[in-house]
Amino acid sequence: MTFYSILFGTTEDGIKKETLEAPAFFADLNLDQIIDAITAGRQEYNLKPFFYTPLNDIDAIKYRHEIMQDLENKILFEKIKSFAQKMREMREHLSQKDKLYYKYQKESWFLDAVEIYCDAVNCLLDDLNIVDLKSRGFLAFREYLADYVKSSRFTSLLAETKNLKADLATVKYCLLIKGNRINVRKYESEIDYSIDVEKTFEKFKQGAVKDYRVKFLDTLDMNHVEAAILDLVAKLYPDIFLDLDDYCEKHGNYLDKTIGIFDREIQFYIAYLEHISKFKRAGLKFCYPMISDKSKEVYDYEGFDLALAYKLINENSAIVCNDFYLKGKERIFIVTGPNQGGKTTFARTFGQLHYLASLGCPVPGQKAKLFLFDRLFTHFEREENIKDLRGKLEDELVRIHNILNQATPNSIIIMNEIFTSTTLQDAIFLSKKIMEKIIQMDLLCVCVTFIDELAYLSEKTVSMASTVVPENPALRTYKILRKPPDGLSYAISIAEKYRLTYDSLKERIKS
Amino acid sequence: MKVFLMYKDRDFDMQQNLPWNEQILTQDLELDTLFYAMASDDKFLFEVVKKAVLTGLNNDLATILYRQNILKDCLKNSFIVRDIYNIAVESIKSEKEHYFGLFSKYPSTILHRSIEVLQVFADMLKKLKNIADEHAEKFESEGFARFFDMLKKELSDEYLASIQNHLKELKFQNGVLISAELGKGNKGINYILRKPHDIKKSWIDRIFTKKPPVYTYTIADRDESGARALSELNDRGINLVANALAQSNDHILSFFNALRTELAFYIGCLNLYEQLSQMGEPVCFPQPAASHERKSSFKELYDVCLALTMKQKVVGNDLNADKIDLVIITGANQGGKSTFLRSIGLAQLMMQCGMFVPAESFCANIANGIYTHYKREEDAAMKSGKLDEELSRMNDIASHITSNSMVLFNESFAATNEREGSEIARQITSALLESRIKVFFVTHLYEFAHGFYNKRMENAIFLRAERQSDGSRTFKIIEGEPLQTSFGEDLYRYIMADKKDLIPFD
Repeated sequence: MTFYSILFGTTEDGIKKETLEAPAFFADLNLDQIIDAITAGRQEYNLKPFFYTPLNDIDAIKYRHEIMQDLENKILFEKIKSFAQKMREMREHLSQKDKLYYKYQKESWFLDAVEIYCDAVNCLLDDLNIVDLKSRGFLAFREYLADYVKSSRFTSLLAETKNLKADLATVKYCLLIKGNRINVRKYESEIDYSIDVEKTFEKFKQGAVKDYRVKFLDTLDMNHVEAAILDLVAKLYPDIFLDLDDYCEKHGNYLDKTIGIFDREIQFYIAYLEHISKFKRAGLKFCYPMISDKSKEVYDYEGFDLALAYKLINENSAIVCNDFYLKGKERIFIVTGPNQGGKTTFARTFGQLHYLASLGCPVPGQKAKLFLFDRLFTHFEREENIKDLRGKLEDELVRIHNILNQATPNSIIIMNEIFTSTTLQDAIFLSKKIMEKIIQMDLLCVCVTFIDELAYLSEKTVSMASTVVPENPALRTYKILRKPPDGLSYAISIAEKYRLTYDSLKERIKS
Repeated sequence: MKVFLMYKDRDFDMQQNLPWNEQILTQDLELDTLFYAMASDDKFLFEVVKKAVLTGLNNDLATILYRQNILKDCLKNSFIVRDIYNIAVESIKSEKEHYFGLFSKYPSTILHRSIEVLQVFADMLKKLKNIADEHAEKFESEGFARFFDMLKKELSDEYLASIQNHLKELKFQNGVLISAELGKGNKGINYILRKPHDIKKSWIDRIFTKKPPVYTYTIADRDESGARALSELNDRGINLVANALAQSNDHILSFFNALRTELAFYIGCLNLYEQLSQMGEPVCFPQPAASHERKSSFKELYDVCLALTMKQKVVGNDLNADKIDLVIITGANQGGKSTFLRSIGLAQLMMQCGMFVPAESFCANIANGIYTHYKREEDAAMKSGKLDEELSRMNDIASHITSNSMVLFNESFAATNEREGSEIARQITSALLESRIKVFFVTHLYEFAHGFYNKRMENAIFLRAERQSDGSRTFKIIEGEPLQTSFGEDLYRYIMADKKDLIPFD
């Protein structure tokens, strides 16, 4: 199998252009926060386009699952990270080279960059050889790398680099500074004066004393005196510096293109795995979901909102996981219950799980089966135009209409609090109409609503509700459970707590 | 080079901790009076003698005798000893005068300053060496003999000359020779100052050896940034040697500091000796006995602090209390009991740090610790609170004390009625005695004192403040059975007779 890319098994997948803009639903699902967190500190790789591009093919997803699973081997993971670190160092050297002015300095930085590159490549091959690889992607890449390391192009680059470094290390010279004159000549084994001084006064030694050494500000560049001295040193060692000139001219294009691309693309996996390791340490679970493009029987156990969990972990707060499943003809979650109870989080989680799965990533949860969608739509309440009620309702209807026009039976729609800006009767009427359409199209859907009536529209709908702690209704559990809408019971329990129920209030007024 | 005048085999550590009860000891034994006399207004002397006296409790017999012999040498040769001390003081002072900003950024500044200081130090070391050459044979103690031998051996003429040689070479008449290698980006690294080879080759050799190539770069006259770069290069080159020289100076300085510190103790002793002999007060070198023995015998022991305060001779006491663990002192108020108790504590401390003691003769076993438990005068009104406070102090002592220590009680546990106070005192004292702790107890608690008296213990002795039949006091402490009253009446009458117009009594 020839190696094409660590992100795409076949050329057809790869031809797909890198998406530069985040999909429309990113903000609603807080996927923007998630991807920001994942790619933080890796700007140089420009990873976001990878995360903006979902896959439409089950095998392409499997190709990535395999690679992710290989990378869950800690040894391989660390080795790849150390490869990336070296490549990063190499790039830093090259950019430093460009910033410098004097020739011999530039050449030295270039030489070091190549040395680091050779080391990175050699180490990577050694590391891949000792790891038990299973993924098609890594196996093919290893083969590619082995051939490259054996090639004369690489072996001669390595040998020349080593020789030159060794030669430069032998350079040792003396400066005799007197007045404004500097004599430069080779070093002739003169003794270290400070050791002589230390020896003379050793008898007075009484334990630790202050360190009087002055720390010099070491810049990377040179002043013209240093450069002039370096030129004279080059005259003392003419062969070595001639070799250096030749070397730089010859090896300007030393970097292998495929390896360069691998270095960027593998960061997609590293970044994601590193991100989720934080959650794993906190005891949360991730799994490789079964992906189907036919069955809409989806489920996820112990799932959570990746964006919210990130925030909570940083605050050291507890994270609540939730389960869901759709069986048989069930397609639609109608989510009701108290505010601030985790309803929106549940809806987002459903969307995030499907999107992350479509990237070929492991998803929050202990066990999951998800649907390979063609399009994902969200309809979240917009904050703007609160005063202009009619405008807002109209706007909402237009947006929903557009979604329904674009959706196919393989799409997913996530709706959060629709029609809050009109009368209850209107809202019920409109919601029912919309839901009927969705039911008819057999779409997978999550609908967060205050309209209990939607829960029993059809055999395709499943009622889920957020819950409270029974003894103290003000406390949310953030658990979203399969259960009928609570109706009034929540309000009643709050009233009881404040002794405002009918009986309580009567009693209180009496006394 | 080690001074070793305080211990045979180690330095005197000014950072060591004082005993936990140093403040209590200082207060109860009025140690500050002693320290001031020894220090003669010198803060440094004060700190050293305070440290030396209070940490003396850790000394073994050999250390006490080691210091006694050195002190005897000092008394014999006080001028020479003060000379040596002054050399140390002067060296330290001149080092300070060559002060440079603590964070000097330039090795050349550091080197320059170090050379100046080293020049002074070299002169001072030479002076020390001369004293050793001239006066060593006048000293008999092991400590001084070793010290002078060391000076002669370590500061040979040859060695002193080699220091001068360094001082000359570090002025770099022939330029600064620095070696370097190529580091990151071909920048020079590992700048090391090198000692040039001696040019000893004959002229024939010089002609026929092939000269290695030398290239020269000259900074143009107006090239200011070049001049700066050159001087930085120079600084990099001499960085390590400047450090080595500055550190060497620090080491020599710490030798002078050690010399000053250790001699300071003896200078303090000399100061005290001079003041006491002016008053005609006797001193003697005590005979320390091992801590497990029980010795307490002295003649004409006086309270050195009282003498220093009064600036005149004060009453001394005798005691013959070998094999004794418990001394209970009763008797008249203002009869000299407290003074007596304090003189015992002071002499004990002075003996253990290696000093002479204020007596004609003095012999005592060394104590592992000295603890004082004195009645505190403040808040006399709050009776129960006061007993609480007293017992809490006793609790502190109990959590530190070990066997073969010594406790001085002064009217302790009197903050309650006599029966209870006596019972507490009895229980505490019995427990201490059984733990091999020596107890001196000044008390008015008749029941307590008499209770022990009736036991007829072989290891207890009972003393009384002497009272003439006319009621007047001699301030002498003599042996005698505890008596029921403490003659407070006498005191009352005495005061009334003299100052009745000042103190309104009913």
